[in-house]
Amino acid sequence: MIEIHNVQKSFNGNAVLKGINCTFETGKCNLLLGGSGTGKSVLLQCIVGLMKPDLGSITFDGTVFTNNKVDIRQEIRRKIGMLFQGSALFDSMTVYENTEFPLKMLTPEMSKEERRDRVEFCLKRVGLENAGNKMPSEISGGMKKRVGIARAIAPNCTYLFCDEPNSGLDPATSIKIDELIHEITHEYGITTVVITHDMNSVVEIGDHIIFLHKGEKLWDGNKDQILTAKVPELREFIFSSSLVRAAKRVDEESEGGLEALANEPLSEV
Amino acid sequence: MVKTFGSFLIFMQSMLVRKERLAVLWKRTIDECVLIGTDSVFIVSVVAAFIGAVTCVQISYNLISPLIPKSTIGYMVREMTILELAPTITSIVLAGKVGSSIAGGLGTMRITEQVSALEVMGINSASYLVLPRIVASILMFPLLVILAMLLSILGGYLAGTLTGAISASEYIEGIRSDFIPYNITFALIKSVVFAFLVSSISAFKGYYTEGGALEVGAASTGAVTNSIIAILLADFVLAAVLL
Repeated sequence: MIEIHNVQKSFNGNAVLKGINCTFETGKCNLLLGGSGTGKSVLLQCIVGLMKPDLGSITFDGTVFTNNKVDIRQEIRRKIGMLFQGSALFDSMTVYENTEFPLKMLTPEMSKEERRDRVEFCLKRVGLENAGNKMPSEISGGMKKRVGIARAIAPNCTYLFCDEPNSGLDPATSIKIDELIHEITHEYGITTVVITHDMNSVVEIGDHIIFLHKGEKLWDGNKDQILTAKVPELREFIFSSSLVRAAKRVDEESEGGLEALANEPLSEV
Repeated sequence: MVKTFGSFLIFMQSMLVRKERLAVLWKRTIDECVLIGTDSVFIVSVVAAFIGAVTCVQISYNLISPLIPKSTIGYMVREMTILELAPTITSIVLAGKVGSSIAGGLGTMRITEQVSALEVMGINSASYLVLPRIVASILMFPLLVILAMLLSILGGYLAGTLTGAISASEYIEGIRSDFIPYNITFALIKSVVFAFLVSSISAFKGYYTEGGALEVGAASTGAVTNSIIAILLADFVLAAVLL
């Protein structure tokens, strides 16, 4: 469990995070939802230690991360896996070497054979068992995200952070990546935090959703509650999606609404 | 200016705390030695040989007095090469090749979040990425300077003898006369200082790149410009202090 207590962050006097309090639960896909510039990425960077909050504390399973001793922070960091928006794969390494890298660096006690088994397992888990020899420049955006996930889970991470895992991906690939993140979270019982502004992800994997707006937490709940939430900013965010607007229009215009349409055989739709 | 220098010192210090395992750093250093050293042999050789050749031809053009022995040409080529041309010109060439490569590589890693990925893993990115580059530069620059010295003197020999400006025996006589071994030590000290300046300034420029491709280009250009200015300043200071 990750607990965020009164985290504040400003840049040149401009408050980006205004005292965020929230909890990311273990074994769940926790989504940080919000529009662009609402402070999601800044909050994530504060959590993983890439940025220092001006005020407040972040606790990982009872151990304070912010302003703690370097050794303790390092120990926590070694339990963190992160999937970056642009995947952040090392250009000079193959897919296999990218996945093996954290094992080589963080677990020197592992033998070469153990490392190989672990890398092969992780690549197989993300469906890339045959892509080990490829360079990052030779694979698609979706595959890069998968390698990023494989690299993140390779050292048995306890906390998985994903910064907009669907950015730049087509809808079908996005769903696959979402499913993979969801499966991995539940399979290994890890704490996953996903930054997104994609409503498809919300309804797909949102076990726990936190909505940020202008640096403040306005709402939290789950995917079953979000569509009926009464917060105006959240409703505006949800219904600004073209797909949701179109679905709403179809629901209003068609006889029997979307439910009747959904029950029709695909060939007749 | 003062703030930048302070940031540079903090950057240097950050490399030395929480260092990665020696085995990891050693392997990275060897890889960098290949990139910085082996891959620069060709350009250093070409530049050094032609500088030696041009120096020889131009000195012979200017030495018109019959009172000055021809062997002076060889002597002057040697002195100029060892004291100034080999260490300084080689380092300036390497500032262009190695410096831009270090700044560009680190800048690209920064903007594509590869540096952040290392940090999130709990790896000291400065120590892992920068320290091996600086150590490799310090190891490789002196070797490249020694190579440049040899090739420059050889270039002078070939140019002098092929153009008929000087005979082989006169050139060799000039090369061997009044040799001061300390000059070699001085040149190698210079090459070590220049290596540190080029690699650390370029790494600093690249490591703190922010923005996109345009900024990476600007960081590379800044790295080369600042490295060259630093080399010339250090050249003057070292000459004043050590000679």
